[in-house]
Amino acid sequence: MSKAEIFGNIRRGLKRGEPTDAQRASVAARLKPHHNNLIPKRAQLPHAQQVALFVEMAEEAAAEIIEINNGSEIVGEVCRWLQHQNINTLTTATAPILNELEWDQSTINVLSGVGHAGDAASLTTAFAGIAETGTLMLYSRPESPTTLNFLPDNHIVLLKKSDIVGPYEDAWGKLREAIPGNLPRTVNLITGPSRSADIEQRLQMGAHGPKRLLILLLTN
Amino acid sequence: MQINSPQFKESSRIALQDVNLQKALGNLKAGFPTKRATAVARLPEFDQLRDEAATLKNHIIENLDIYLEEFEINVIKNGGHVHWCRTADDACQTILDICKEVDAKTVTKGKSMVTEEINLNDFLEKNGIEPVETDLGEYILQLRGDHPSHIIAPAIHLNLEDVSEIFHEKHKRPKSDDPAVLMQEAREILRTKFVAADVGITGANFCVAETGSTLIVTNEGNGDLTQTLPKTHIVVTSIEKVVPTLEDMTLFLRLLARSATGQEFSVYNTLSTGPKRADDQDGPENFHVVLVDNGRSEMVGGELQDMLRCIRCSACMNHCPVYGAVGGHSYGWVYPGPMGSVLTPQMIGIEQAGLLPNASTFCGKCESVCPVRIPLPKLMRHWRENEFSKHLSPKAVRWGLGSWAFFAKRPRLYRWLSRGSNTVMRLMAGKKGKITKLPLGSGWTNFRDMPAPSGRTFMDQYQSRQAAEKQS
Repeated sequence: MSKAEIFGNIRRGLKRGEPTDAQRASVAARLKPHHNNLIPKRAQLPHAQQVALFVEMAEEAAAEIIEINNGSEIVGEVCRWLQHQNINTLTTATAPILNELEWDQSTINVLSGVGHAGDAASLTTAFAGIAETGTLMLYSRPESPTTLNFLPDNHIVLLKKSDIVGPYEDAWGKLREAIPGNLPRTVNLITGPSRSADIEQRLQMGAHGPKRLLILLLTN
Repeated sequence: MQINSPQFKESSRIALQDVNLQKALGNLKAGFPTKRATAVARLPEFDQLRDEAATLKNHIIENLDIYLEEFEINVIKNGGHVHWCRTADDACQTILDICKEVDAKTVTKGKSMVTEEINLNDFLEKNGIEPVETDLGEYILQLRGDHPSHIIAPAIHLNLEDVSEIFHEKHKRPKSDDPAVLMQEAREILRTKFVAADVGITGANFCVAETGSTLIVTNEGNGDLTQTLPKTHIVVTSIEKVVPTLEDMTLFLRLLARSATGQEFSVYNTLSTGPKRADDQDGPENFHVVLVDNGRSEMVGGELQDMLRCIRCSACMNHCPVYGAVGGHSYGWVYPGPMGSVLTPQMIGIEQAGLLPNASTFCGKCESVCPVRIPLPKLMRHWRENEFSKHLSPKAVRWGLGSWAFFAKRPRLYRWLSRGSNTVMRLMAGKKGKITKLPLGSGWTNFRDMPAPSGRTFMDQYQSRQAAEKQS
């Protein structure tokens, strides 16, 4: 009922009845090719400069970045960073690269699965890094529960340098390629840790999401 | 929300004398405009993006029904539900029905101006469901029984002491003058609410037709906890938020944060597409989109159509001298500032909101910062004309305009009269050149001096110049 009335109003305003097949076809034609609008020059740099821009913008958004050369350094860096804050538990996502990590030698108690209120820290992977604003792209799937991105006080994200793109558009393209068909339930674009300026416009970090965001930037 | 727009003048008078409010508004004026200017300067393509965004919005409105249908098809394809609501009442009832279906006791809410517009919280409370606002600003306001005075910085009218006071009263914890401590307190208390809620309600900044997704933009992460933890996620949004593709949404995202807070990008831009998938470990089991009309469809094809381009960034109010002086509550309803002065008459009627489009100096700052180039002064002028033609303007205004028109139609009389008042005013001003008291002009002279005319009238000067030119 409501829908018919709303559409009636819209069509009266547009001075036409139901859209013709030609009108529908022209909209369909616009939807299909995922036409790009203007992409800022800043997002069209060669890859090495994109990586540098990503680092600069992410740090400006108060994310912390540690560059590592290969996967064997992950456990050591994570442990060092956590111990520095007196944290001894970590919940990790179960992406293949994280499943390979050996925590036996460390003093950190490592769990896997969803995030819970009160969790100290989580470790996940990022699907892409977007250079133009230092933004991470993560998406939900069985091995990467969304709660890990929001409930723990500290969020550690592993990002491969090769997954850094310039503009958001390239990240959408990469996502469509990786998951043909429908999108995952949620896609999270994350730029720095949680914050609020709702009290007197004074910026405070750690409103509801993670208070700190660490990006492990992996070369190989 | 109660409508107080007819009391705009009285509310403004009180606001101007409210020392605490003026202090709080100072934070706004010192912050957002400067930050926006910096962000805009860093993106050379900003103005070009504004042009593209305005053109794209116009294209969407011209095909609004087709894009909305496409959006609905794709929400359903992903296992979600779409509900069409023509009025605020329809929307409240629809949301209540969904809550009842899952036997909800508490509902957490992300920030949503549309739910303010439909007065959802009162409705849920009356029906035995507890709504919990989770945006820090909104949470503070809910504890105080207060309402947002700004569309993205809802508690901008409050100072630190107000927050400390209400937290002390409601949380029974010691007062603090450290905003970080107060925020941590809210974080701890709201954690338990997030986990306990049966339903999470968020707004949407955009609805993507191509994918059937909705997107919310936040800095706190409350919107994410609101939609991830409960069994049911309800998105309450309005019909003009639909965009064709992810790429088109991206165009608006490049403008939104920069125009709003002056950030390069907000912390969390979250795309939601349907309920959790069969093998997902978390996420809501049900996904509903409530599409609210509430007068918007009637704006299509009319003089207010350009207003449907609005992406709710708040740049217009952040730069408005009137908003900056009287604050958002003076406007007396949900949407304040220039965008509110255009939307409010449409939603609650020009009879009640007539003073709002008149509360503008037409300085044009709002239009100059609007990311989608809405001609806000022109749209306010539309309401002024509408008000006048409906004989709703105050008597003094009608009498004033009427008598001006009488003389304006009689040029000789007009010139004679303006020459006369020119002389009288200069005599009144004396040597100082300023008039401190003017009959019928106390509204001006009670607050400032009226400068005297500096020379002869325009027409007198024009005529002598013409004569001089002829001679030479």
